[in-house]
Amino acid sequence: MQLKAGTKLHSSACDTDVMVIKGSGEVNLTCGGTQMTVARGSMGELDAAFAQGTAMGKRYQNEDGSVELLCIKPGKGTLAIDGVPLAIKATKALPSSD
Amino acid sequence: MNISLVLQMAADTFPDRVALTSHGVHYTYGRLYASAQAAAGLIAESGASYVSYLGESSAATVIALFGAAMAGKPFAPLNYRLTVAETNRLIERLHPVFLVADEDKMATVPDGAAAVLMSPARLLEATASDETGEWDEPQDEEGVAVQLFTSGTTGEPKAALLRNQNLLGYILGTVEFASAEEDEAMLMSVPPYHIAGISAVLSSIYAMRRIVQLPQFTPAEWLRHCSEQKVTNAFVVPTMLTRIIAHLDESSEPADLSTLRALAFGGGKMPLPVVERALTLFPTVSFTNAYGLTETSSTIALLGPDDHREAHNHPDPMVARRLDSVGKPLPTVEVEIRAEDGSVLGPNQLGEVYVRGPQVSGEYQGRKLTDEDGWFPTRDSGFIDDEGFLFLAGRIDDVVVRGGENISPGEVEAVLREHAGIDDVAVVGVPSVEWGETLAAAIVLKPTARVSADDLQSLVRGKLRSSRVPEHVRFVEALPYNDLGKLLRREVKGLFGT
Repeated sequence: MQLKAGTKLHSSACDTDVMVIKGSGEVNLTCGGTQMTVARGSMGELDAAFAQGTAMGKRYQNEDGSVELLCIKPGKGTLAIDGVPLAIKATKALPSSD
Repeated sequence: MNISLVLQMAADTFPDRVALTSHGVHYTYGRLYASAQAAAGLIAESGASYVSYLGESSAATVIALFGAAMAGKPFAPLNYRLTVAETNRLIERLHPVFLVADEDKMATVPDGAAAVLMSPARLLEATASDETGEWDEPQDEEGVAVQLFTSGTTGEPKAALLRNQNLLGYILGTVEFASAEEDEAMLMSVPPYHIAGISAVLSSIYAMRRIVQLPQFTPAEWLRHCSEQKVTNAFVVPTMLTRIIAHLDESSEPADLSTLRALAFGGGKMPLPVVERALTLFPTVSFTNAYGLTETSSTIALLGPDDHREAHNHPDPMVARRLDSVGKPLPTVEVEIRAEDGSVLGPNQLGEVYVRGPQVSGEYQGRKLTDEDGWFPTRDSGFIDDEGFLFLAGRIDDVVVRGGENISPGEVEAVLREHAGIDDVAVVGVPSVEWGETLAAAIVLKPTARVSADDLQSLVRGKLRSSRVPEHVRFVEALPYNDLGKLLRREVKGLFGT
């Protein structure tokens, strides 16, 4: 599927929704083992091998940091690109400045 | 992208948690979200191109902000302290507008000037709902979320445009979602038409930190809200902190600030003596100094709590002086110091501050100020030291050119401020036959102080070069400030007949 910053994507195997923060071009992005989609489509089975779950408000990225997704609705599936699970991005906590 | 995502995520996660306390009434995230949706419906029906707000902070401000975003219309709040004529000129620029205005302001809006005109109370009533439904996110990806009129200290107000991706870039890059504890409460005392008022709403809702609104700032009311609402976080502009401290010093009643954990300030230069006094007065509070501009969606650099405590009374002057810096750039932005010819300067060299990042809009209606690589010239002068701390030296447009020598008024003001008899000071450039421009100082003395112009000129001569000595000195009752404590230098120049 084509990634573009700002696009919202839905899981076809669980409740997960993400928004693309960073990333472009053709990417094989799955959640719970099935392709994520722009339009809500028919639901598939959750693959037990990709069922670690997503956490609300966390950012997920691939190893080289070229793709970054924000979880805007949590679910049971694991986000992955080409079968490689995405990791939660560690962010440095900033003091509130407003 | 749409800034309403911030509220949507909070409402999805903890719909029943209190998001906002306004005039003693609590609003949950779920309620705010439902009301914003209802407001979006009213806005779409009205056919308006803008949503505006002319009044003090209220729950309706937050609902109008998110309602506008959901309807895909820019939220363009107006300064309620402008004159009727000034206000009406701005309303014309927002035609056709969905205008929410305080009752006393409604009467001053000409007939037919607004497509819809209603009071905050009426908007709250019309959007009182707990029902939410699906809504279609506006597909305008480049959409303007917020339009703020700059204070117009130099001519007609300019309309600064902040797009959804600027504001959302700032929030997502700097705030961790739902990171606030349930007992945290943020006291908001800046008005809704200021960038800090907008960013405070977005940051607090995304962190899920309850917002407590203080519509009219006075030191006594600020302290009362802190104690009654068990406030943990607050943001103030420099004049507010100065007034709070003066109030505490004069008052016989001890203030209850036992719940206050973090105090952030920004929106202008905080005088060093005020920061030092605050650090001593509130030893357990975490201080954050934020530097940002309207055109950068709020904060781009900050001096955090640890840096404040380390610098305070540090024996090494290079560390101690950090208290006068605005800290380090956010990890999500880049900052460069450039010379007049555009070349990038190294550490400790004074030049213009340039900034680049997703949150930087640098855009006014009809004019984009960023260069082709996305760099925005802030018109602030400053330098970055060897450790990466950014120091500001005032607005470039305020620099006085005396006989070909560039002089930053701030440098001279800092020396004069050290004088025990001086309460306030402003240094400006005035025309001079001999030098082109020369320095003039307007001085406000403390009530009992006896100080002569000679004393002050000797003080500057002893600390700085002779070119820095103000040729003209005038003692005045008070200096002209706008309502948020920004010094009106043009009016100071007027004191010297220019």
